[in-house]
Amino acid sequence: MTKRDLLLEIGLEEMPARFVTNSMIQLSDKIQAWLMEKKISFENIKAFSSPRRLTVQVEGVVEAQEDIHEESKGPARKIAVDENGEWTKAAIGFCRGQGASVEDIFFKEINGVEYVHVKKFIKGHETKSLLPELQQIITSLTFPKNMKWADKDLRFIRPIKWLLALYGSEVIPFSITTVETSNWTIGHRFLGNKIEIKEPKDYEKALLGQYVIVNPEERKNAIRSQLVKIEVENKWVIPIDEELLEEVTNLVEYPTALYGRFEEEFLALPEEVLITSMKEHQRYFPVKSYDGKLLPFFVTVRNGGHEHLEKVAKGNEKVLRARLSDADFFYKEDQKTEIESLLAKLKTIVYHEEIGTLAEKVNRVRKLTNEMAEKLDFSKEDKTVADRAAEISKFDLVTNMVYEFPELQGYMGEKYAMQKGEKEAVAKAINEHYMPRNADDHTPGSHVGAALSIAEKMDTIASCFAIGIIPSGSQDPYALRRQATGIVQTLLNKEWEIELEWLIGSALKQIEEAGIAKKSKDEIAKEIAAFFKLRIKHILQERRVRYDLIEAVLGNEIGSLPSLVKRAEVLETRKNDEGFKENMEALSRILNISSKAENAGEINRDLFENEYEKNLYNKYMQISEKMEEKISESDSYELLISLKLEIDDYFDHTMVMADNKEVRENRLNQMVMLARIIRKFANVNEIIVK
Amino acid sequence: MNIQNMILTLQKHWSDYGCILMQAYDVEKGAGTMSPYTFLRAIGPEPWNVAYVEPSRRPADGRYGENPNRLYQHHQFQVIMKPSPDNIQEMYLDSLRALGINPLEHDIRFVEDNWENPSLGCAGLGWEVWLDGMEITQFTYFQQVGGIECKPVSVEITYGIERLASYIQNKENVFDLEWTNGFTVRDIFLQPEYEHSKYTFETSDQEMLFNLFNIYEKEAHRQMEEGLVHPAYDYVLKCSHVFNLLDARGAISVTERTGYIGRCRNLARKIAKTFYEEREKLGFPILQTKEEMDRD
Repeated sequence: MTKRDLLLEIGLEEMPARFVTNSMIQLSDKIQAWLMEKKISFENIKAFSSPRRLTVQVEGVVEAQEDIHEESKGPARKIAVDENGEWTKAAIGFCRGQGASVEDIFFKEINGVEYVHVKKFIKGHETKSLLPELQQIITSLTFPKNMKWADKDLRFIRPIKWLLALYGSEVIPFSITTVETSNWTIGHRFLGNKIEIKEPKDYEKALLGQYVIVNPEERKNAIRSQLVKIEVENKWVIPIDEELLEEVTNLVEYPTALYGRFEEEFLALPEEVLITSMKEHQRYFPVKSYDGKLLPFFVTVRNGGHEHLEKVAKGNEKVLRARLSDADFFYKEDQKTEIESLLAKLKTIVYHEEIGTLAEKVNRVRKLTNEMAEKLDFSKEDKTVADRAAEISKFDLVTNMVYEFPELQGYMGEKYAMQKGEKEAVAKAINEHYMPRNADDHTPGSHVGAALSIAEKMDTIASCFAIGIIPSGSQDPYALRRQATGIVQTLLNKEWEIELEWLIGSALKQIEEAGIAKKSKDEIAKEIAAFFKLRIKHILQERRVRYDLIEAVLGNEIGSLPSLVKRAEVLETRKNDEGFKENMEALSRILNISSKAENAGEINRDLFENEYEKNLYNKYMQISEKMEEKISESDSYELLISLKLEIDDYFDHTMVMADNKEVRENRLNQMVMLARIIRKFANVNEIIVK
Repeated sequence: MNIQNMILTLQKHWSDYGCILMQAYDVEKGAGTMSPYTFLRAIGPEPWNVAYVEPSRRPADGRYGENPNRLYQHHQFQVIMKPSPDNIQEMYLDSLRALGINPLEHDIRFVEDNWENPSLGCAGLGWEVWLDGMEITQFTYFQQVGGIECKPVSVEITYGIERLASYIQNKENVFDLEWTNGFTVRDIFLQPEYEHSKYTFETSDQEMLFNLFNIYEKEAHRQMEEGLVHPAYDYVLKCSHVFNLLDARGAISVTERTGYIGRCRNLARKIAKTFYEEREKLGFPILQTKEEMDRD
């Protein structure tokens, strides 16, 4: 069948760079799904984008939908044909429903019964007649932020300026708001013109002629190679921040990299300040020497060609100079103030209306950090460091520099603390307590930094939960999920055997005392524990632990995280052992029957009626003693499954729910004791065994 | 090009596109958006095209005339067009050309920047316009004003006059900018910059300012009850300026801050709603004029 290429370009006012790529993918996916749904076959689909356009090009789109040949099954022969051999109403009705007549009927046998069948043929529509449906695809696109413009009702990422829609050389007719489709597009805002596209396949090349590299990968590669060229020519190193490169790629249609310089005296500013000024504010690439030192140069990517590059460089230099002078001013001002006077300011800063001031938060965090230091048996020196680090952990938030560059919180804290004569360990902990700052960041390296980080995050989570700020769906304004994950990862990396419930309780105790909590402490603690379980579940899934095994270890209190993860991993590695199923079944029997106990009491050995009860009891005594000691999780596992023989024998010869009340209760007591040590490992009855 | 000629050029440019040339509104304000010519007129269905220079006071940015980039009072050139014209970006770029900025010789970009002013219940989407890396203009499609959904949508273009001039005149220090032949920004504004900074940070009477805030707020409410939107709004602007003075002085703790902003917001929202209702009662007169003109 004959084929044509399809081309759809949505011309827009400049889209936010961060949404371009996903919007392009969305458009392409939706068109592909539509073609498949409509049974319109095609050879290849390509997507393009720039700040001003989202494009999909489909090669070899057949000119009509597939015809549909199918057999439809109707009533059985005995219902379709009456005793006189005439077609019944049922048969006639079926044919009518299928758009066929009784002449078309043939029979086919299914499971020994003959059924009426007709062959159905649906002629495919012409592709051309269906393509105007692209209009609905465009208007159904969703964006993280939508806007309205003029007096139009449509909500879209940015105003639509033109629509290029071609099937072969033919324009696909439709319109959105007042924009009608056509066969023209617009080139680069300043260097290009409005041009006609004759055939979809001409598109990329025609736009290139108008100074638009419409393939984002090519644009990115062009920037990359230009950066390399500048690197080589000047003997520099330009570290590529992929996120920045992606953003810059989506800020320009025709990239030309160029460099500028700034005064060497600004190199006295902390490196992060310089880098933030360049990257975050100006989207520049900082430049380094071969030995990793920051150099007084920057690289920017212009949206245009090589004309008047010097003028552009000079303009950019002027902007950066103004920014760096500001930073320099703030840096010098900050050096004049003492930590103590900055701390006093924290009293006037509200962290959250219902939670109180930053100073109050710092006090809680300090107390919790000290409690942790005690519990973790920190050295005397570390305890002193932890206390001071916690006390001054937030002083940098009221410095000029952090006010101007909020992303430098912690980092400036460390810098300034060092300058103001604090111990290095204290300074370092201030920076570390924000770690991990994102999903790719490390957890704190020092003990003190780790404790402070956990205390600070736990206080945030506990205080938010206390006033009802609980993440749900996409709503997580205080990034509590990230913070909970941070706590878990830090505890795991440090292998700290601190019970999570203790941490939650300690944080909540202070919050309750401060009168912040809107509910009872126990109620909030339960919600927080459930929230943490979800985070831990994610972490275990990432470690490829099977779902039911995760459920099993999360069935009870969370306790110590390193132990919990190890137990999950023991189960994961042992799940294919021979006898795993039988072992788990034996242990599960205990758990299941123990739930029948109303209240557990002491075991009275005199009430034992057979030797199997005694054996199980002795075995229990033997292993529970060992489990009290500090043994590895895999040893605990071995001990538990060593119960299997005694358990099986016990159930083969003992009726737990005996008629005699005394005996029955005694037996249940024994089950409860056993269940307790099993549950400490995992709720094994959650494990799916086949 | 000196600042005076820049302003004349921009006025001519936007006047040619049908904007009413207004004069600065005579109550202190922090941004051109707060002028009733923007804040109130962006509300409702009536078309509205204006351009004006707005002196904008930012007490906290005062630097005694010593900082080359920061001013207690700077100037914005403000354009509002409702409904936003389809070719507004081109109109804007033409205004740069009129100012002698040839886009082919520079790097001009529209970089996402969404604008929100919670204290006025406003939100908009748009860009900051970069000229060789410098933000010279805020370009915003209003989506909500005073808590009211905009229909039709206005576009707001705010040029930072001093920023743009420092580029055009290639000056490092804002005080070196030429206002008109023989007069620099220093000649005209240095003394008031110094005095306002000193007043803001050192000599203002905080107690009086707190009293004023309460008095202005009360009066705004009282005028609202009379259905007098414009006098009420003037008092909201006064509240806002007094608040800025107190804030710059560090007299308002962050706790109180939320409270004060909340009070301004409540007033602004109430006024926005009343303005809409009052215009509706009048039958949205500008809309009618426009329809008559279109018919003729």
